[in-house]
Amino acid sequence: MVSVTSQPEEGRKSAPFPAWLRKFLTTCGSIAATMLGLLLVTFVIGRVMPIDPVLAIVGERASQESYDAVYHQLGLDKPLMVQFFYYLWDVLHGDFGNSLLTARPVSQDIARVFPATMELATLGVVIGMFLGIPMGVLSAVHRGTWIDQTIRVLTLVGYSMPIFWLGMMGLLLFYGILGWVGGPGRLDIFFEGLVPSVTGMVLVDALLAGDMDVFWNGFSHLILPASLLGYYSLAYISRMTRSFMLEQLSAEYITTARVKGLSERQVIWGHAFKNIRVQLVTVVALSYANLLEGSVLTEIIFSWPGIGSYITTALLSADMNAVLGGTVVVGLIFICLNILSDLLYKIFDPRAK
Amino acid sequence: MTLLTVNDLWVRFPTRQGVFDAVRGISFELGQERLGIVGESGSGKSMTGRSILQLIRKPGVVQAAEISFQGRNLMELSERDMRSVRGNEISMVMQDPKFSLNPVMTIGAQLMEAYLQHNRDSRQNARNKCIEMLEAVSLRDPERVMDAYPHEMSGGMGQRIMIAMMLIPDPKILIADEPTSALDVSVQRQVLSIMDRLVRDRGMGLIFISHDLNLVAEFCDRVLIMYAGRIVESCPASKLREAKHPYTRGLLNALPRLDNPRTHLEVLQRQDDWTHAALEETQ
Repeated sequence: MVSVTSQPEEGRKSAPFPAWLRKFLTTCGSIAATMLGLLLVTFVIGRVMPIDPVLAIVGERASQESYDAVYHQLGLDKPLMVQFFYYLWDVLHGDFGNSLLTARPVSQDIARVFPATMELATLGVVIGMFLGIPMGVLSAVHRGTWIDQTIRVLTLVGYSMPIFWLGMMGLLLFYGILGWVGGPGRLDIFFEGLVPSVTGMVLVDALLAGDMDVFWNGFSHLILPASLLGYYSLAYISRMTRSFMLEQLSAEYITTARVKGLSERQVIWGHAFKNIRVQLVTVVALSYANLLEGSVLTEIIFSWPGIGSYITTALLSADMNAVLGGTVVVGLIFICLNILSDLLYKIFDPRAK
Repeated sequence: MTLLTVNDLWVRFPTRQGVFDAVRGISFELGQERLGIVGESGSGKSMTGRSILQLIRKPGVVQAAEISFQGRNLMELSERDMRSVRGNEISMVMQDPKFSLNPVMTIGAQLMEAYLQHNRDSRQNARNKCIEMLEAVSLRDPERVMDAYPHEMSGGMGQRIMIAMMLIPDPKILIADEPTSALDVSVQRQVLSIMDRLVRDRGMGLIFISHDLNLVAEFCDRVLIMYAGRIVESCPASKLREAKHPYTRGLLNALPRLDNPRTHLEVLQRQDDWTHAALEETQ
């Protein structure tokens, strides 16, 4: 329906679309371009790797005929450009090929392992954010005091301790000795398969099925690795928060706020914090992305069937389809998180509009 | 009527090399008048303004025999009581509106916050009050300004918004810390005359901090000259040309004058004993 209010717009012939649609299309265009670049890179990596995909399928003692047959079947006899377009076509249809290791389509594998990582990373980043941001603010406000020092030492430890060591110590203490949390894996074996897998995330599936026993068991398994990842991202988030906050607290508008007679709490959260939200969005998005792709060690220690350990195992056994598929998914996550932070940026900073 | 009495005020900053005294034992009184404080960078004039509001950042320390506002010694107030003085009784306009307004809040939200902090009132009344105040500082289309963000305003508009914001709770004293230094010369006069009119109409006391001798002489009733943390001279603005202290004389001689053009302007020759000299009362 054409509204009357859009009449002044009609004068401008050069703009056939409304502004929001144009902006949307530009965004889609840039996503597509980035994706294309990503696919090109992964494709090239797949081709320059000194791994013979045919040999990996037919085995070392295959005859030359069967080797050639598979070679032809994989399309390797065609020019590289043509191969790339085949690859592109397949990926656009959600087909990353079959995994050598699991003998299943890579897309199915990823649909199985990705939710596990997502569950872990999400809880991790939530913990990191809800503890890290207040800690950073507190540290900046009490700069130079024992509060600041304690927080800084704590975060430095989180930054510099190897996560596998922390993970094993955590397992030893909280699972082995105290018995407060569930051990490795996503659920006790007794609870496995009790709720139908809808989203692939145990906690969400349990809630959907209304089975609280499964929920709490899943939670007890999840909380330790998630806290560990949370601690790791907290270190980064709180250090960044501290330095952003210090910068804002010395700004002149803070003095203005104090001159108005506002309380310290209003000055900090009502004025200074509002100005660091934009920067924090980027920091949190970045740590989230890091957790989504880089929690390999944690996943291995906690036998967590996530995408990090999936890609690593695939890489070690030269399962290139799985590696490339996983890489594309991780790249896609980065792109999505970037778009999301751009969007939030516009909401939080009036100057960006 | 005396609004503010400052007696033996010191502002100290402990550093690695020892204690640095930014303000060194100054005393003055302020009535319903316009008092100018003039001095070069680092002479302690801004610190004086901020110490009245107890807004010296740590590790700076304010010490004074008294800073009394209408008989109440501000030095003895708790931080909580001091907050009800800030904005409500004594307010301050700062140098550059680009930095002194919060960039991510609408101007309306910032104005209303200043009013509602000290007045129990509905948001609608507060909004009306703010719009009235924006009209008082001669801003056109105050409704639009209320919903705008600081980056959408020019410097002159920003400073008028600052003045409106600081005057909304109806304070008795306004400290203007170099309020026009960041503005174009053509806008300076305009902003100053708006501030001047409001301050007079409300019978307020104004402390006008500036490095611009001519501006101060023109807009103030009385002038204090500060040098190295001390007041070296205090005189009525009309008598500034007859100032006695060698520093003030040096400053005056270093300024070009339309009515008495000279081919060479003198360079200010500093003398060490100015730093140590006691207040020379010429009032």
